[in-house]
Amino acid sequence: MAEALASPTDLAPTRRAWRPLVVQVVAILAAAAALVIWLLTADLSPVERETLNARSLLQLIGQHLWLTVVGTVIVLAIAVPLGVLLTRGPMRRFAGGVLAVANFGQAAPAVGLIVLIAAAPFLPDGFWAAIIALVIYAALPVLGNTMVGIRGVDQRLVEAGRGMGMTAPAVLFRVELPLAVPVMLSGVRTALVLLVGTAALASFINGGGLGLLITTGVNLYELRVLVTGALLTALLALLIDWAGRVVEHVARPKGM
Amino acid sequence: MSDTATARSEGDERTITGKAIRLEGVTKRYPGQQRPAVDGVTLEIPAGQVVMLVGPSGCGKTTTLKMINRLIEPTEGRIVLGEEDVTDIDGDDLRRRIGYVIQAGGLFPHMTVAQNIAIVPKMLGWDDARVKERTTELLDLVSLDPDTYRDRYPKELSGGQQQRVGVARALAADPPVLLMDEPFGAVDPITRQRLQDELIRIQHELRKTIVIVTHDFDEAVKLGDWIVVFREGAHIAQYDTPERILAEPADEFVESFIGSGAGLKQLGLQRVRDVDLAEAVTARPGDSAADALARAEAAGHGHVVVVDERDRPLSWPSRRALQRMTSIPEAADPKTPVVGSGATLNDALDEMLVSSAGAALVTGHRGAFVGVITVEVVMAAISAVRAAASDAMAGAPVGTNASDPAARGSDG
Ligand SMILES: Nc1ncnc2c1ncn2[C@@H]1O[C@H](COP(=O)(O)OP(=O)(O)OP(=O)(O)O)[C@@H](O)[C@H]1O
Ligand SMILES: [Mg+2]
Repeated sequence: MAEALASPTDLAPTRRAWRPLVVQVVAILAAAAALVIWLLTADLSPVERETLNARSLLQLIGQHLWLTVVGTVIVLAIAVPLGVLLTRGPMRRFAGGVLAVANFGQAAPAVGLIVLIAAAPFLPDGFWAAIIALVIYAALPVLGNTMVGIRGVDQRLVEAGRGMGMTAPAVLFRVELPLAVPVMLSGVRTALVLLVGTAALASFINGGGLGLLITTGVNLYELRVLVTGALLTALLALLIDWAGRVVEHVARPKGM
Repeated sequence: MSDTATARSEGDERTITGKAIRLEGVTKRYPGQQRPAVDGVTLEIPAGQVVMLVGPSGCGKTTTLKMINRLIEPTEGRIVLGEEDVTDIDGDDLRRRIGYVIQAGGLFPHMTVAQNIAIVPKMLGWDDARVKERTTELLDLVSLDPDTYRDRYPKELSGGQQQRVGVARALAADPPVLLMDEPFGAVDPITRQRLQDELIRIQHELRKTIVIVTHDFDEAVKLGDWIVVFREGAHIAQYDTPERILAEPADEFVESFIGSGAGLKQLGLQRVRDVDLAEAVTARPGDSAADALARAEAAGHGHVVVVDERDRPLSWPSRRALQRMTSIPEAADPKTPVVGSGATLNDALDEMLVSSAGAALVTGHRGAFVGVITVEVVMAAISAVRAAASDAMAGAPVGTNASDPAARGSDG
């Protein structure tokens, strides 16, 4: 009975919210299909045929995604707990300083960051150098949104929880974090898109990924290789953004 | 009538489920502030009674309240619940044993009504069946249909309904003590009055010890067995029954706090159930009008109360109206003046004046008709209350700011 009463008002906005998501994924798939058809029908040079075949493209996409996934996992593992910590009682006073550092990380030019890390004698080369740079670059949105999300939780709810005898961790995990989820997820999505885009720079330091097509294209004046690399990176970013939106939609706590 | 006032303040000892609370020389100093926010309060809150904390903004009401469940830790002093000194026990444990209600209910928006209510029972390790049964019982208690509301989210409830669920949640594990901080501050006046009546009814059933912070003196008069009037720093200006505070304010501060119209405020002191109700001739829809008319004439009554199958009043036709009917109509007349037996005489008078009937129908348990209240009864009650208030009060609980707890008297 309760559902019957609630559903007419609830369902309509839900359905409306799904529509742009469907449009987005259809557009991405259409663009990807167009790219594939163009590659299959175009009159490719031998160099192009070597780089633009299905096997090597898939391999590059795989590398690119792997950079993104590993970067994301590390960003989450660092930024979420740090963000939570910086909203807890006495740690709160460090929040401003840490945010400033994170801001600096994102404001620094990504290429500079990557090259700098690769050049530093005590840091690794290639894949892990790229990962370090990506993490520094993409930590801010997750860290910032975690803090903003938790701070945005109505203090009276926190007090209600404490007033009922919930322990401090119980209030964090059962009240503050669930209510902060929408804001946090939008930070994660932003970070993901940043990571996909920035991972294209990993090829500068032998980190692999779709950036390889772009560097090859530039170096050898192969326009089609360059365009394919750029387009694939963009489509991948859009696809990840779409996936992020779907997750945000599904993971949003009910009742909000 | 003078025994009504004492009966109300002493309560029915057999059914009390609340525990007494004692603050002994409790002080709170916030860091960086010279004056303490609460300055050595010694306060006895008798078991099973409603104590209202009132006073100007910033005087320390909320701080005092939150020190009872130690959401705010006192700087000095002891807090005693029943016979147990709870000053140093685990705060979370203590709070699970004390119900806490805040403005607008403070429900968690991502949990359903049932999940909100289940929080404390689950923490106490109740099994699912017991939790479910308790949820149903509590929703019934706060007059929300369990099947309709159990699975709703807070945003799907009105403000008044949210507040009811907030009360249900606080009562979930049947705590002896309920603390409320301006519980009805965020709802409109009509809803507020209903919620107050509801709380009075619930308290009548449960007899918890309830401490309520309010800035509304009328609310304090209506709900309180006792009222504490605080000055700055939680200095107790007066701790007494509403009757006595209205009749004999301790000083100018209390007097100015009561504001004007103390006489009329006394109407808020007494509930409809405390006064003698007149009887009435009743009839059901479909009965013969002539028969009802004959019974009204025999009883010497001018009106007949039409009630439905569950005895709830539908309409209140006069003898003249009955003469024009053949059978009693089924339709409910929305203009019928009706008040609950938990309503104050003030509310009853409002209802009579609006309907211009000079009387109102009184309903009791589940809205069933119990009798008629007239303007004359209300007026007589006012005079009686004034007389009763000037009688000396024995057994008043202690409330001082002397930090010596030995000064306390009987347990009320
Ligand atoms: N966390 C805090 N830190 C410092 N000072 C506080 C804190 N909470 C309250 N105070 C101060 O303590 C005094 C009492 O505050 P309290 O909240 O108990 O007042 P109140 O009587 O509930 O007021 P109101 O009617 O406005 O709610 C005020 O002067 C207030 O500024
Ligand atoms: Mg307050």
